This record gives sequence, C-alpha cells and structure tokens, in this order.
Amino acid sequence: MICQSCGKKTATTHIKTIVNGKLAEYHLCSECAKEKGYGSFFDHWNLGFGNMLGGLLGKTQSEETVLRCKKCGAVFSEIAKTGNLGCEECYTTFRRQLLPLIQRIHGTARHKGKHPGSSALRITDTNSKLVTVQESVLEEKKRLLQKAIEAQEFEQAAVLRDEIKEMESHE
Amino acid sequence: MNDVLKWYEKAGECGDVVYSTRVRLARNLRQYPFPNRASESQKQEIETKIRDAILAGNSVAASQFSFVPLEILSDEGAVSLVERHIVSPEFIADRRNKALLLSDDESTSIMINEEDHLRIQVMKEGLSLKEAAEAADRWDTLLGETLDFAFDPDFGYLTQCPTNLGTGMRASVMLHLPALAESGAMSRISANLSKLGLTLRGSYGEGSQVTGAMYQLSNQITLGLSETEAIDNLSAIAVQLIEQERKARKELSGGIVLQDKIERAAGVLKSAKMLSSGEFAELLSYIRLGLSVGLLQGVTQEELNGLFVRMQPATLSVSAEKPLETTERDILRAKETRRICAKLTEA
Repeated sequence: MICQSCGKKTATTHIKTIVNGKLAEYHLCSECAKEKGYGSFFDHWNLGFGNMLGGLLGKTQSEETVLRCKKCGAVFSEIAKTGNLGCEECYTTFRRQLLPLIQRIHGTARHKGKHPGSSALRITDTNSKLVTVQESVLEEKKRLLQKAIEAQEFEQAAVLRDEIKEMESHE
Repeated sequence: MNDVLKWYEKAGECGDVVYSTRVRLARNLRQYPFPNRASESQKQEIETKIRDAILAGNSVAASQFSFVPLEILSDEGAVSLVERHIVSPEFIADRRNKALLLSDDESTSIMINEEDHLRIQVMKEGLSLKEAAEAADRWDTLLGETLDFAFDPDFGYLTQCPTNLGTGMRASVMLHLPALAESGAMSRISANLSKLGLTLRGSYGEGSQVTGAMYQLSNQITLGLSETEAIDNLSAIAVQLIEQERKARKELSGGIVLQDKIERAAGVLKSAKMLSSGEFAELLSYIRLGLSVGLLQGVTQEELNGLFVRMQPATLSVSAEKPLETTERDILRAKETRRICAKLTEA
C-alpha cells in the first residue's frame, strides 16, 4: 500500500480517526506519519533490533531457537512489529529485550504509584513543586561523557562514546 | 437520556478556558492474553467478568451504569460516542466482542476489550484533575476487589503497549486557547513540556488537528512518576496556561480586529441557514472568547458546551434517529445554533 500523503513510499502506519462524523482510516509512510504526529516508538527500534539480531547470528534463526512466550505463544519479532505484547507473561519472558525500550519511552523502568489492593489515591497538595522526569540511560551516558572529557579521562570517554553510538544506531 | 444533566452541561472551574478534564486508567486481567492475542471466547469471558464486577453485587454502581455491547450500535451511534469523547476511534473501528459500561451522566465509562481489557475513564467539566483522578481511582479500587489485575513491581500495571506501563493513567485537560494561538505562543509552550512528561496537542489526541483553538494537555509518561506527581505537574502547567491565556485575551480584546471577528461570528451564528461543522467550531470559538472577555453576553459557556456536543455530525444523526446527509445536518445545526444564539447580545 502506498502512503496517502506523499504518494511515494510504502505505508507502514495505519490510523483510525473521526472526520466529519465518519470513521476514517489513513495509511501513511513512517516519515509522513512522524510529520503528522503519529511517530511510533517501534519504527526504528524494530529495524535496529532486526539488524542487531542479524549481526549476532549471521543468518535468520530457525523456529526452534526463537524464544516464545509460554503463556500466549508470542515471539519477540511479532511484538517489535506491532508494538503490542501478547500477555502479562511476555513482560517476564522478554524482559531483557524490553528493558531498553521501556527506559527509552519513560526514562526509567521503576514503577511509582498505586499497587493493586493499596489504599485509595489521595491528592493532597496539587499545584506544589514540579517533578521532572528522570533522565534516560542515553541522556545519562551523554552527561557522563561530557564529564569524562572535561576531566580528560579519555579512555572512559571512548567507552562511553561507543556505547552512545551503539544506542543511537538502534533508535 | 434527557433527564440527567450531562457532565458537560454543568459549570466547571476555570470554565472560561477549560472545557473538560479527563482521567483514564488502563488495566488487564492477569489470567487472559491481551486483546490482540485473546480468542473470541476469551474476550467474551473478559466482558462478562468486567460487567459483573460493576453490575452484580454493588447496587449503587449497578444503578448508575448501563451495559452497551458495541455490536448493537448503528454506525452513527458508535461515531457519536467518539464525538462525545466517551470512547476512542480505535474502539469502534471493529466492534466485535467489545462493550461499554456507561454512567447515566456520561461522566464515567469503562471500555471493555479496547487496546487493554478495560479502560476506566472519568470526565469532568472544567479544571478538575484531582476529583477526576480520585473518582477513577475509586472505580479501579472497586473493580480490583473482584478482578485480578496484571501487575509487576518494576513495570507497574501491565498493558498491551509499553507506552502505558506503570500507573496506566493518562490524564488530560481540554483547553480553549484562542488568544495564545493567535499570539503564536503555542509552539514555544509545547516545546518546554517534555521534561515534565507532558504533551500538548489537538482535541482528539495524538495527531489530531486543532479545531476551534481546542488543545489537549496530557501526561505522556506513566512509568516512574506516581499518579499524584503526574496530576500535580499537569495541574501546575494547566494553571499557568490558563493565566497566560487570560492575560493574552485581555490584551487582544482591546483591539478592533478581534472585536470585529467576535461580532461577525455572533452575526453569522444568529442568522445562518446552513453551518458546516468546521465553520461552526471556528465561529463558536470566537463566541466563547467574546463571552469570557465581556464583549458578548446572554449565553453561558455551559450552554455552548452542550450545543457543541449536540451539533457534531454523528451525534446530530443519532438525535434525529436516522442517518442524515451533510446538507440536512448543516441545516439542523444552523437552526439549533440560531435558537441558542438568539439570546446573544453585545455587552
């Protein structure tokens, strides 16, 4: 399917919205989608993951070696493609692969807030001081790199630089 | 449907700028696969479990909610739910095995088998983040008594898409910002929000266009910030935006350019024989502005809110109880708008 906006590239993002009282579906390429604010966290990451896997194994994996969720049967490549996990067990099965992604989306991977069965929410003093979002792993590394350069610790800086390069290539 | 005052027909705090507040929570049942991998029979079981958690046992909740299987709705009926912000466009695209629990005043809805097994949504008039979040939390606690939600100590509430992990809470405030938009300040403002885990966009969420200067301010980050912190951030920024908008309105309203636009809008809405939904939204925006800066009088913001909701394309067809052509809708919309705006006078 060809992108409805530029009419050139293959449409990879499918959007459902309401226009003038009717349900409308749009099919856009990743660039046009991004331009219109429909960017997906998975777009480039998916590509990066595929490349990484290819690089590690040298060829495509056979069915037996693919890690499969015991509860719902999902494999990681499907999750990367759709952006959807199959069940709660997937978060355990694919934890290692999911962690960097989750950190990139939220800047952290540690829940703060309600637990099932915990007492009701009490919002006491709204409009107090603002809480900023924790820096992502990538941001932290960039900050450490700057620090290492300033301190002339070049070996440390080279390691960080490579790690940053590696992380950015998967974005 | 008409005897209970709908949430949007009530006067809300900061109603001159804030149209509505919404809080929604994403939850999944531990024992079932997420909707994208659940079978038809599993989805039906999920539907029954969630329905019973609300309708069976607790009589207070049961008396407030109606259960609507989406398959029984007409196309117009389904789209009207989206227009009224009760459900998402994705929810009605494929209506099989989906259901909705909706409170009489339409302020509380529970979507079943949307992207997640259930999404609890509370809407309030005006700026009311604390109340909306607490109300959503109470429904969540009540449902949690009978339902076993998927939860992980590190990732929080587990959701089909990792963007909702953690609290699973998305809170938003719908703001009418015509003066800030006119002054070109919007892009500068929205660029500074990401550090706080917030985002500002069109009124129907992600990627939607801005119509009638309606913007939606919402939290983007759900993991690592508690519900209270997210609500605090959102409140603080909403209050700042409200103050800036009021200031900008004061400055603009002294000028003949804006006065002209407001008076012209009033003239058209009082006399037009046909109104498209786009023109209607744009002109109504000027009427809201005119009322808030004291250039117009005779109609309340709540009356306009109610009018705005009723005049949307599919919602018009639903109240006419038949599908309407665009021309028929434009005629009906102009007629009802003339009726409401007849009371509108220069202040």
